[in-house]
Amino acid sequence: MSTEPAIRVEGLVKRFGDRTVVDHVSMDVNRGQITGFLGPNGSGKTTMIRVMCGLLTADGGTGTVLGYQLGRDTRRIKSEIGYMTQRFSLYEDLTIRENLAFVAGLYGLRPLRKVVDEVLEGLGLSSRQHQLAGALSGGWKQRMALAACVMHKPRLLLLDEPTAGVDPKARRDFWEEIHHLAAGGMTVLVSTHYMDEAERCHFVNYISYGKLVASGTVEEVIAHAGLTTFLLEGEMEKVTAAERMLRGMPGVAETAPFGTSLHVVGRDAAALKDSVQHVAAETGTRMSATETSLEDAFIRFMSEAQDNMA
Amino acid sequence: MSWFSLRRLRALLRKEVIQMRRDRITFAMMIGVPLMQLLLFGFAINNDPKDLPAALVAPTQDRYSRAIVTALEMTGYYRFDHITSSAAEAEALIERGAVSFVVTIPSDFDRRIDKGDNPQILIEADATDPAVASGAISTLGQVASEALLHESGQEAEAADAARSQLEVVVHRRYNPEGVTQYNIVPGLLGVILQMTMVMMTSMALTREVERGTMENLLAMPATGLEIMLGKILPYLGVGAVQVALVLSAAKALFGVPFVGSLWLLLTGVFIFVLSLVLLGYTISTAARTQMQAMQLTFFFFLPSLLLSGFMFPYRGMPVWAQVLGELFPLTHFLRMIRAVMLKGADLTNVSAPMAALVVFVLAYAGIALTRFRRTLD
Ligand SMILES: Nc1ncnc2c1ncn2[C@@H]1O[C@H](COP(=O)(O)OP(=O)(O)OP(=O)(O)O)[C@@H](O)[C@H]1O
Ligand SMILES: [Mg+2]
Repeated sequence: MSTEPAIRVEGLVKRFGDRTVVDHVSMDVNRGQITGFLGPNGSGKTTMIRVMCGLLTADGGTGTVLGYQLGRDTRRIKSEIGYMTQRFSLYEDLTIRENLAFVAGLYGLRPLRKVVDEVLEGLGLSSRQHQLAGALSGGWKQRMALAACVMHKPRLLLLDEPTAGVDPKARRDFWEEIHHLAAGGMTVLVSTHYMDEAERCHFVNYISYGKLVASGTVEEVIAHAGLTTFLLEGEMEKVTAAERMLRGMPGVAETAPFGTSLHVVGRDAAALKDSVQHVAAETGTRMSATETSLEDAFIRFMSEAQDNMA
Repeated sequence: MSWFSLRRLRALLRKEVIQMRRDRITFAMMIGVPLMQLLLFGFAINNDPKDLPAALVAPTQDRYSRAIVTALEMTGYYRFDHITSSAAEAEALIERGAVSFVVTIPSDFDRRIDKGDNPQILIEADATDPAVASGAISTLGQVASEALLHESGQEAEAADAARSQLEVVVHRRYNPEGVTQYNIVPGLLGVILQMTMVMMTSMALTREVERGTMENLLAMPATGLEIMLGKILPYLGVGAVQVALVLSAAKALFGVPFVGSLWLLLTGVFIFVLSLVLLGYTISTAARTQMQAMQLTFFFFLPSLLLSGFMFPYRGMPVWAQVLGELFPLTHFLRMIRAVMLKGADLTNVSAPMAALVVFVLAYAGIALTRFRRTLD
C-alpha cells in the first residue's frame, strides 16, 4: 500500500466574488485515519470539502484526492469517494429504500435489490425502509445519508458535520460506525463543532477565516497552542467574583466557567500564575493546575484570529 | 468510467417517475390544464388579414383577367405572387401552404364576355384558418364585376353582359364550412403541450437546487447527458397522455375532421414535444430559482402564443412579427398539424416544418448540454 496521503492539497484558494473564503490552505489527510476538520462558522470547511470532491473549482492551488488530480479527474474522484453533505440532500419525497436504490443505481451497483437490502440491514434501517425520507427524524435521516454514501464502499469518506442536531446516543452509534469503517481501511475526513468528536479523531485540522491555524494529533494541537491552564474551585458566588476580577489581569487570556469551577487560560505561564494566585487568595477559591483542553485551545485560536482580522 | 450508462439512466428515470407520481400538482396539470384550455379556447379571436399570397391560373393573359387581377390587388387582400398557366402547379402551391388563394380564370374567359356568354372565375381559398379567408372572399364578387364593367366600358354591350352574368365560384378548401374550431383545436394541442411541457421541465434542475438535492446529485457519478435524459424522458409520457386527451376531445367535442395520416401526425407531435421538454430543460439550466424558471417560461410563452399563428393568422401579421414567429417551435408545429389533420398533407408537404422542429430539438439539446453546470460555482 502506498504511503501517499488520501488527500493532499497545496496552496488551495477559493474566492466567491472578491471574498477569499479559502486562503492558501495546504493540508494532508492520511490514509486509513479519521481526520477531524474544525473551525468556527463560516471558516470555509464546507467550501474546502466541496473543492476536494469536485463540486467547486479552486481558484488556485493544486491537490490530489486518492491519487487523482483535483480539477482534472473529477469524474473518477466522484465515483470513488463518498460525500455526506452538511444539509440533508437526499429526496424527501422518496422512501428510504427508493433513495438508496437510486444512489446504488447511479454507482452502478449490482444486484441492486441485494445491495440495498444489505445496506438497510447493516445500518438497521430495514424496519423503516418504506417511510418517506421527509418524515424521518434527524437521527434517522443522518443514518440514511451515511448509508447512501458508504454503499459503494468508497476508499475515502468526506462527512460534513454529520452529527449536527443529533441526540447523544445516535451520535455515539454514528461514531462507532465511523471507527468501524476506518478499521476496515476507509479514510475519513469529518468536519464538526463538537470537541468530544474532535478528540475521537486520529488527527485534526483547524481552520479559521479560510486559513489553516493548527493541525496534528489532539495532543500536538494542544501543545502547539502553548497554553497554561489553572482551575479555580469554590462556591458559586466566589467563582463568579474570581472571574470578574481576573478579566484583564496580566497573563489571563480566557476564562470559562464550568459549573462550580473556572478554567483560566493564558500563554504567559508566570504572569498567569501570579494573577491566579492573587485572585485565589482574594476570593477564597482553591487553585490547581490542570491540563489544557482542546476546547481551550480552539477558543484561543478563534479569538487570536479575530484579533488578527481587526 | 463511461460518459453514458443505461444503468445510471434507469436509476434517474425511476426516481423521476416516482417523484412525478407523488406530486399531485403535476397530475392536476397533466389532466386539468388541457381540459380547461380546450374548453376556454373554444372561441377563436378573429382577424381580418390583408396582403395574402395568391396564385393566378390564367392560360391566356387577356385584358379582362388583367383588370380583375389589378382590382383584386387593389382591395389589399390579395397579392399575386405566382402567375401560372398550370392548374397542377397552383394546386401544389395551396397544398404546401405557399398561397392562401388560387384564382382561376378559364381560357375562354374573354371570348365568353365578348359573346355575352356567362363568364366564370373560380376562387379556391385555404380555409383551414377561416379568419384568413372570410374577409378576402366577401369582397371578391363585387370587385371582380366592377373591374370587368370598367374595363369594357367602351363596349357597352359586353359590359352589360358582364354585369349580369359574371359568376364567381368560391371553393373553401379543407374546411368547407369555415368552422373556427377546426383550426383552433389542433392549434390548441400545440399550445397545451407547450404550456405544460415547458413549465414542468423548466423546474427540473431548479427544484433540485432549491431543495438542496443538487449537491448530492452532482457529487455522484451521473453525467450531464444522463441527468438531462432522466429529467426529460418522463415528460414524453405525460405529453402522450395529453395528446391522446386533446385529440379525443377534438373529435368528440368539436367534431374536428381528421383526414391525414395519424402516424405522420404523431411523428410530428413527438418531435415537437421533444423540442419543448428540451427547451424547458434549457431554461432550467439558466434559471437559479423556480420563480425565475417560471418567469422565463412565460417570457417565452406569451410571444409564442401571439406570433405563432395560433391567436392571429400568421399571414395577417407584419413581416417583422412573422420573422419572430419563425423562432418558435409552436409556429412550425401549427403548420404541420393543420396541414396533416385538415388537409391530409403527406411528408413531402410538411417536410419544412418537420425539419424546423428537428433543428429546434438539436439546438436546445446542444445549448442545454453545454450550459449544464457540473459544479456548484
Ligand atoms: N456559493 C457561495 N457564494 C458566496 N459565498 C459563499 C458560498 N458558499 C459559501 N460562501 C461563504 O463562504 C464562507 C465559508 O462558508 P462555508 O460554508 O465553507 O463555512 P463552514 O466552515 O462550512 O461554516 P459552518 O460551520 O457554518 O458550516 C461563508 O462566509 C459563506 O457565507
Ligand atoms: Mg459548513
